This record gives sequence, structure tokens and C-alpha cells, in this order.
Amino acid sequence: MSIWIHEDSKVLIQGITGKQGTFHGTKMDEYNTNVVGGVTPGKGGQFVELPNKKVPVFNTVSEGLDETGADVSLIYVPARFAAAAIVEAADAFQEKGGGLIVCITEGIPILDMIKAVARVDQYPEVRLIGPNCPGIITPGDVGGCKAGIMPGFIHAKGRIGIVSKSGTLTYEAVAQTMSVGEGQSTCVGIGGDPVNGTGFIDCLDAFENDPQTVAVVMIGEIGGSAEEEAADWVAKNMTKPIVGFVAGSTAPPGKRMGHAGAIISGGKGTAAEKFKAFENAGIYVARDPSEIGNVLVRALKDAGLR
Amino acid sequence: MDIHEYQGKILFKQAGVKVQDGVHCKTVEDALNAYDYLDSKVVAVKSQIHAGGRGKGTLYDQETDNLVMEGGVKIAFSRDEVKEYAQNIIGRKLVTKQTGSSGKIVNNLYVEAGCSIAHEYYLALLVDREAKTILIMASTEGGMDIEEVAEKTPEAIHKIWTHPVDGLNEKDALDMADKLGLSGHSKQDLVSMLESLSRMFIEKDCSMIEINPLVKSDSGDMIALDAKVSFDDNASFRHPWMEEMRDHSEEEEVETRAHDHGLSYVKLDGNIGCLVNGAGLAMASMDVIKLYGGEPANFLDIGGGATKESITAAFGIILEDDNVEGILVNIFGGIIQCDMVARSVIEASNELGLQVPLVVRFSGTNHIEGKEVLDNCDLDVHTSSTLAEGAEKIVNLTRGEE
Repeated sequence: MSIWIHEDSKVLIQGITGKQGTFHGTKMDEYNTNVVGGVTPGKGGQFVELPNKKVPVFNTVSEGLDETGADVSLIYVPARFAAAAIVEAADAFQEKGGGLIVCITEGIPILDMIKAVARVDQYPEVRLIGPNCPGIITPGDVGGCKAGIMPGFIHAKGRIGIVSKSGTLTYEAVAQTMSVGEGQSTCVGIGGDPVNGTGFIDCLDAFENDPQTVAVVMIGEIGGSAEEEAADWVAKNMTKPIVGFVAGSTAPPGKRMGHAGAIISGGKGTAAEKFKAFENAGIYVARDPSEIGNVLVRALKDAGLR
Repeated sequence: MDIHEYQGKILFKQAGVKVQDGVHCKTVEDALNAYDYLDSKVVAVKSQIHAGGRGKGTLYDQETDNLVMEGGVKIAFSRDEVKEYAQNIIGRKLVTKQTGSSGKIVNNLYVEAGCSIAHEYYLALLVDREAKTILIMASTEGGMDIEEVAEKTPEAIHKIWTHPVDGLNEKDALDMADKLGLSGHSKQDLVSMLESLSRMFIEKDCSMIEINPLVKSDSGDMIALDAKVSFDDNASFRHPWMEEMRDHSEEEEVETRAHDHGLSYVKLDGNIGCLVNGAGLAMASMDVIKLYGGEPANFLDIGGGATKESITAAFGIILEDDNVEGILVNIFGGIIQCDMVARSVIEASNELGLQVPLVVRFSGTNHIEGKEVLDNCDLDVHTSSTLAEGAEKIVNLTRGEE
């Protein structure tokens, strides 16, 4: 098992004929991901050449789902159209009984996201990951399902779940698990925007219920209170060990650190508060991301898993 | 993006929110003309900078750093006082709780008609990340620092949320007016103000509107005496007018320049420059430098689409900072290929005549090729395979230790 996507999940790419869509579609196909088609309004009927196969382009997500039976729709649409793409995918999946939307796009206006997330939240069977995230990956025996922009080759199938607000810092966490001989069940990048779909708690809950996952690495960053809320949830509900890191201990207040959501405002959202919440919840804390591997080994040993 | 109070009040007026008459001024003469024009016995002379705490701030002379006047917002009772205050404000450095000790130069002034005040309130609209909609927050403790109120008397802060699609519910607005103890004409005024501000927030893609104080006048009118408005930069493509409202002198020039190169840069006070791909990893790199006893000089995310040109620009920006005594490059290659970064780093170092120690940590896509490129170049560059090792090395090198 794994969470939300499995090795054979069928992935549709919204924006497949664009530069990003084609580039990452190619990388996904190289990783053995089952890319079944794409959507670009007005380009229905065309085909996109991937290394291992040729996939059809549809005018709408609904049509794409009808023809391919896709269970994941991955969005590489430019920021100004991305929220509409999310809503279109949500409506289409709702008709078909549910599905997973993954939005990679960075820079979507926040008020657009408020409306798009409200729509997705009306549909219990539809999940949104992102935006402004690296996506989600479930490594398999050969390649795997990579719905996103992460480098596939750094991953291996295993028993550690990873959830993170950051992109490259997630890769760092992956490399840390590999350095101590552990692979990953599923890695989820939830993104660094203030308003997004899936949050930490959704991921932790899914990992808790996933038989393949035995422990979780959680990477947070300054801004908001999602980490504190997740820590509260962990204290009450989580039985599997968690290793946590929070980026931004040295970030000055009132300054946005790259991600739209990464800002300490009014003295709230500091790394110190988040680390403290982690510790209070019994989460194994790594103060240095290069220590995640060692801390993970300690957590696994304490749990009798190594 | 932030704007000045005087600009915020233009938007308030357009949206139907009550404000006092006022005039934007650049000179003392402007201020005197404004006083004549407003024909009000009492006027407020207000420094315009993109930071709060102006009223309790202090004005200093730019050159001598001598104290000129306490208070960046003054109430003037005569033409002479307007002249005195305007002279003390324009061109001076205003230091407030929010500006840091370096303060901000005041280039703009707002002269506003006075107003009889029966009570001061606080009102703000902002995006609630957890509730995933717009939060309207108000308090009867106006004129005070809201963080202080939140800490000391959290029960004095009242909150309502708009519906993500349908907007503000009138019942919630009426409820808010009740909680603030407003009745009759004042209650109606507040409800209509909340409706106007909610509409403006959405139409203009605001990220925050703060009014502190919002006042009830002696005649019961609800008037916005302050206006702090910020916009969502991600939405600027649908608001061409935003660019016209932008005051470049209020923004960090180097951050704007970095942004134009696709870089995200924030200057800090330390001595170790960082060049990293990804915002989270860039923050983590700063944190680890600190853990090893160093101080980061900056946050710098070169982004996923970095090129030779943008990396050269990034090096240039890091080296503009005279405090920088060493540079840590930390790349976890995903889309970005480490060998491309290696060649760019060499080129930039040669072009800029790099004089400080350089440590490069590569991982991910083409990290072996990247290391080979660096190992075979003439540049004095240290490599490492983990972030911790890289951070430790650069900290030691800046201390003159190998």
C-alpha cells in the first residue's frame, strides 16, 4: 500500500502541451509513471510524444477522465488560469466518483485559491494537493508513480512516509532516509502557499492508516500554525513515530522567505514555537536536516523497528 | 505590495468608506496650501511611510542623526503649527517600532481635517490561513497595538469570517456591531463599512486592510482615521493600477533587482552568503550555518528555473554586501542540474573576481558531474556532500581555519 496514489495510478496532465507540462510529462514517463493523457483546451485530438508512448490530448478534464479512466489530474497550468483548472478537475472528478488533483503551479492569487479550495471541500471524494508544491510520489519496484517535479531517481520503495511544505527540502529528507538504508512509502509536498488543499494532518492521518508506512518524516517551515495544529493532532492520534524539522529558525520577522506563506507576522509562526510544539507532542526533532537520517534510526529503534 | 495611507484612503472613498478630507503633500508649501484648502480648525499632519507605529515614532535628521521631533503624526491647531510639523517631518528619518533602528525617510505627508472622537476602535480584514477565507477582526481598544490587545485582553477582540464564495453575511456584520456596543446610526454605518471593505478586499485582491483607529465621531459617524492596505502580488496581472501605486523608494532596491532576475533575496546581518535552490532549503541552509556558529548574510532562493545569467546575478548581489566573508552554495538538483550550476559558479567567480572562500555542496541531479567540474577548475573552491559538512567548512574558513 501507499497513500493516495499507487504504482499503477493513471495520471492525466492539465497543461501537457505547455513547456512545463511536456518536460515533466517526459520525466514522469521515464520514471515509469502511467501517464494516460493530457488536457489543453482547443488542442483536443492532438497527441504528445513521450519517451515510451504517445498520449492523447483532450479539450476538457471530463472528456479526459471518460476516455482514460485517470484517477489523478496533475496541473502545470500558468498561475492566472490554475485555480480555474483546479475547479474544472474537481467538478469532473466529482461526477466520476472522486479523484486526486495535484497542482504544481506557483504564484496563484490567494483569493482564487480560497474559492477553489472551497469548491474542492464540497466534494469529500476529491482531494487537492498543493498548489506551489513538488507533487506526490509513490516509488515502486521499477520507477513508480511520480505526479510532480521531484527527481525520481533519488527515491526507493520503502516504509517511511514523508510530508513537507518545501520542495528541495523534501528531496533532502528523502536523501536522508536513503542514507540510513530506508526507502519511502509515499512522499507528499503540500506546498508553501498560505491557502492550500491537503494539509499536514490529512497526510499524517493517511500515513497512520497505511500498512506500508511505519514512520513519518514531517518538514515544516515558518508562518501560520499548521505545524502546531499537526502536533496537537499527533499527540492525540498518532501511534507511528515521527521525525520533524522546521525551516526558518534564523528568518527575521515580517519578511517573506520565498514561499508566499513563509512569514513570521505579529510575532507568530516562528520556528521556535513549532519546534516546541513538536517536542511537546513527542515528535523526534532534528535541528539540522542533515541529522534527519540519524534521528529516524533512533525513532525506529525506540519503536522496535530496527 | 504595501501602499501609503493617503492612497488607501483614496480607495476607501471609492469603496464608500467614510474618511476625513485630506491632501497628499510633498513639500511644506503643499502642506500650508492643504491647511488653507481644508478650512478645518484642527488638522492632522501625518508622516507617510510603509510601517506602523508612526504616531509613537521619532524623527531624526538624516545627516546628523540628531533628534528633530517626537511623534510622526501630529495634531496642528494653527497654520504655524502645520508649518513647523511639516518642516520637522519631510525629508527626515522616522524610526518606529516596525522600521528597525535604521528607520525610513519620509518623502510624503498627509494633511487631514481633524475629527471629534467619541471612541476609537480597531478593524482589520485579512486572509485566515487556517479557516481558508477572509477574517474580519475588530476591537473596542482602538489606537493600541493589536498584538498587545491580543495578549492582554483577548476577549476584547471580536472575529467574524466571510463565506469563501458568497462573501460577508449581513447577520454576521450586525452581530459584530453589537459586540462593539454600537447602536442606531453608528451600527448601520459599521455594517455598511464592513460590506464596502469586504467588497474592496475581493475586487482589489487585498491581502490585508487595517484601520487603527476606526473612530466613532461625536455625531455617531464611523470614520476610518487610518488606512493600511496591502495587495497580493500574485494578482497584480489583473490590476495594472497597482504598479502606479507602487512607491519604489519604500522597497529594498536590491530585493526588487533580485526579483527581476527570478531570484528571491532577503538581506540579513551575518557574514556568510548563501545561494540555494528552493525556499525551504534556503532557510534550512541559514539555520545550519547558525547551528555551526556562523551568521547567514542573506536568504537567497535561485528557484527551479535558474540559468547561468541568474546565478551570476545572484553572486553579484551576494557580493554587494560588504559584510560577506564567505559563500555557501547549496544545491539539491531536481530540475536544476548540478554541473550547470558548477559551470555558472566558476564563470561568475571569475567574472566578479571572487575574493572570499567558497564552499559548494551538491546533491541530486548530476551531482557527480558537478563535483568533477569544480575539482578540475582553477578556482579555490571547497566541496562537500552534505549540508552540515558544507556549513561547518564555510564557518571555519571565514574564521581563517581550514
